[in-house]
Amino acid sequence: MRRLVLALGLILSAAGALALDIEEERLFGSGNETSVVKILSTTDIDIFAPLVIAFQAANPGIAVRYTVASTTEVYKAVPDSALTFDLVISSAMDLQMKLANDGYAREHRSLETEGLPAWARWRDQLFAFAQEPVVLILSRPAFEGLRLPQTRADLIDLLRANPERFEGRIGTYDPNRSGAGYLFATQDARQSDTFWRLSEVIGGLSPRLYDGSGAMIADVQSGRLALAYNVLGSYAAAQLSGDPDAALIELEDFTNVLLRTALIPRGAERPELGAAFLEFLLSDTGQTLIDQKAGLPRIDAATLASAGHRRPIRLDPGLLVFVDPLKRQKFLSEWTAAFLRR
Amino acid sequence: MKIPGLSPSGSIRQRLILQLLVLVAVLSWMLYISVRTVASSAVETTQDAILGSATIAIAEELRGGDDGVGIDIPYTAFSMLGATGEDRVFYRIVIDGVTVTGYDDLPLSDDPLGGLTPIFYTRAYQSETVRIAAVERSVLVSNRPVRVVVAVAQTRSAQDAIVARMANRAAALGIGFFAVAALLSLLTARSVIQPVRNVAEAVRRRGPQDLRPVDRPVPSELAPLVTALNQFIARLSGALFRTETFIAEAAHHIRTPLATLRAQAEIALRQSHNEAARAAIRGMIRSVDDSARSVGQLLDHAAVVYRTDQRADEEIDLAALTRDVVAAFGPAAELREISFDLSVPDQPVTMTADRLLLESAIRNLLDNAVKYSALEGLISVSLLVEGGEARLSVRDRGRGLSGVRSAALTGRFRRGTNVADVIGSGLGLTIVREVATAHGGEFRLTEREGGGACADLSLPLA
Repeated sequence: MRRLVLALGLILSAAGALALDIEEERLFGSGNETSVVKILSTTDIDIFAPLVIAFQAANPGIAVRYTVASTTEVYKAVPDSALTFDLVISSAMDLQMKLANDGYAREHRSLETEGLPAWARWRDQLFAFAQEPVVLILSRPAFEGLRLPQTRADLIDLLRANPERFEGRIGTYDPNRSGAGYLFATQDARQSDTFWRLSEVIGGLSPRLYDGSGAMIADVQSGRLALAYNVLGSYAAAQLSGDPDAALIELEDFTNVLLRTALIPRGAERPELGAAFLEFLLSDTGQTLIDQKAGLPRIDAATLASAGHRRPIRLDPGLLVFVDPLKRQKFLSEWTAAFLRR
Repeated sequence: MKIPGLSPSGSIRQRLILQLLVLVAVLSWMLYISVRTVASSAVETTQDAILGSATIAIAEELRGGDDGVGIDIPYTAFSMLGATGEDRVFYRIVIDGVTVTGYDDLPLSDDPLGGLTPIFYTRAYQSETVRIAAVERSVLVSNRPVRVVVAVAQTRSAQDAIVARMANRAAALGIGFFAVAALLSLLTARSVIQPVRNVAEAVRRRGPQDLRPVDRPVPSELAPLVTALNQFIARLSGALFRTETFIAEAAHHIRTPLATLRAQAEIALRQSHNEAARAAIRGMIRSVDDSARSVGQLLDHAAVVYRTDQRADEEIDLAALTRDVVAAFGPAAELREISFDLSVPDQPVTMTADRLLLESAIRNLLDNAVKYSALEGLISVSLLVEGGEARLSVRDRGRGLSGVRSAALTGRFRRGTNVADVIGSGLGLTIVREVATAHGGEFRLTEREGGGACADLSLPLA
C-alpha cells in the first residue's frame, strides 16, 4: 500500500514535471538551508543569478529553486494545481494580467509595494520590478550612406527606398511563437496605424522571424541582419555594448516600455517566501542590483517622465483584450497576412 | 446659584440644551445618511455608464457576413474600465446561446435583453460581487439574423472605495455640522434663560424696604410669573402696612385706658382713709404701672421686630441720642435718688442707623439699670469710639446676674433668677439684642467687678 502511494506520488510528480516545458533550472544553496523558495521565471538564470545570490546572502536559511520556462509555459503553469511555485516572474504582461484578473494571484501589501508608481502595480497582486524599452537595433555597415531612422515613418521610407539592401535582412519576433513578440506587436498595433504599414513594408522584404531577442541581436552583430525591430533594449544594450558597428535606437514616435512583473500564485506552498523574494526585488538593494548587475532598468517614474517617447505598457484590463482567443486569432491572421503576404 | 430652602427640580437650560443636542444629532445623522446615499447612487450611475460604454463598444464592433459573426473587442473597451480603479474585468459573448469567447460561467441576465441600451445587474461571481452590463445585438450571417449577447462584468472595489471615501467626508460633514449646531444651541439656551436671570437678579438686589412692583420689561412667557410676583409684593406690602397700623392702634387703645385707670386710682387713694383700702389701691396702682410698662415693652418689641424688617436708616448722632435718652430718664431716676455719670464725646458720633430702634435699645438698657439699682445708686453711661465701632456701656451697682449667662437673659420673656420682686416683662434685653443684630453689632451682658451688671452695646460705625 505504502509502495503504491509512493509510486503514485512519483507518477504524479513526474506528470507535473512533464506538464511544464522547462528551459533551465538551478537550485541555489549550500544544502544547509531549511526552506526552499520556488521561482518560475521567463528571465534567464544568468541574468537573475546575481540577484538570487544577494537574496541568499541576506536570507541564509532560504534556498532558491529557479526554473526558467517560456512565457506561454509560465502562463499555463500557474493555474495548474499539480505545479506549485512561490513566485512567478514573466515579461508577458498581458498573460500575467490575465492570471491576476482571473484570481490566480495573492494579494501582498507592504511599504515596498506601496512605493511603486500606480502604473507599476495592479490590485496589490501584480508588481513590476523592471522597465525595459523595446528598441530597434541595426548594423551600421548596412546603413552606409543612409540616415539612421528615428521614427517608424523614417524606417518605412528607408525600406521602401532601398529594398535591395534590406531584402532578407530584417529580423523581428514571430508573435505566433513568442509571447513577448505578440505583446510588442499588439501594443504597436494599438498605439499607431503606422505599425500595419511598416508590417506590410517589412513583409515585402522577406523578413526573418525569431523566438527571442538574443538570436536577433547576435545576427545583427554578425551582419546577417541589417536591422531587428522590437528587441528588448536591456538585452541589446548588454550584448551590443562596445560594438561600434551596432546601433540601438529608441524610435521617437513612440517606444513601448515593457514591465517585467512578478506575482505570488494563489496556489503557492510558501507564499511568505515568495513575498520575501518579491520584497527583495522591490527593495532599493534589489532594484540597484537589477539595474546594475542584471542589466534590467529599475522602476523609475522620473526617467519615463523625462523621455516623452517612452510609453509604459500600462497594467490595466486593456491587456486582457489581446489575450482573448478570438482577438488573438484575428490579430495573428491579420499580422500573418501583412507580414508574410499570405 | 444655590438657593437656601429651595431644591431645584431640573434645569430649563439643561433640558433645552439636551433637547437641542438630540435634535442636532438626529439632523447630523440624517445629513450623513442622505449624503452617503446620494453619493453612492451617483457613483454607481457613473460606474454603470462606463461599464455600459464598454459593453456597447464591443457590441458596435460585431460584424455580420458569410463567415459568421466577426468579433473584434476594442482595446479601449477594457482599458476604460481601468480608469477608475483596479477592478477585475470579466466578459462573455454568446452567439445563438453558445459562448464563443470570454468566461462561459459569467451569469447572464434573467430579464430579457432588448433595445440598444444595456441592462445592468449585480451578481456573485468568482467569490466577488460583480456589476454586469449586458446588451443584445442582432447580426446578419448569410442573410439570417443571429442573436449575439455581450456581457461585461466588473468587480466593485473601486466603487466601494469611492463610496467609502465619500461616506467619510459625509461623516466629517455631519460631525462638523453637529459641532457648530451644538455650539449655537448652547448660546441659544443661554440667551433664552437670560431674561429669567435678569428678573431674579433685579429682585435679589432690592433693598429690604423696596416693595415696589417689578416694572422692567420681560418676555411675554415670563409675564405671568412677574405679575404673580407683583401681586404677592402688593399683598405683603399691605400686610406690613396693616401691622404698623395695628401696633399704633393697640398702643393707643391700651395705654390710654391704663393712664385713665391710674389717674382714677390715685384720686381714690387720696380720698380714701381706710388704711386697708389704700393699701389695696396702692397695689392696684403698682399693677397698673406694671401693665403699662409691659404693654409698652410689648409694643416696643413689636415695633422693633417690624422695624428690623423695615428699617428706615438715616444719619444719626449717637452721642446726642444717648444724651437725650439719659435726660429723658432724669425724672424717673430722681424718684429713687439715682444719679447718672454720663461720659459721652463732645463731637458727634455719626452712624447710619434706624433712630427709633437705637432709641428703644438705649431706653431699655437704662430702664433695666434704673430698675435694678439700689436707692441712691450711681449708673455710669459711657460712649466710646474705637476701632470703627461705637461702644455704649451702661454699668450699675445692682444685684448683677447671679451667674446666669448673658445669652439666657436676652431670650424673649426670660428673666434672671434673682428679680422676682421687681416688675419686668423679660423683653427689654431681647429688644436690645435684636437692635444690635439688626445693625450688625453685638450686645454683651457681664458681671461688673465689685457687684452689679455691665451692659455693652457695640455698633459698627461704617
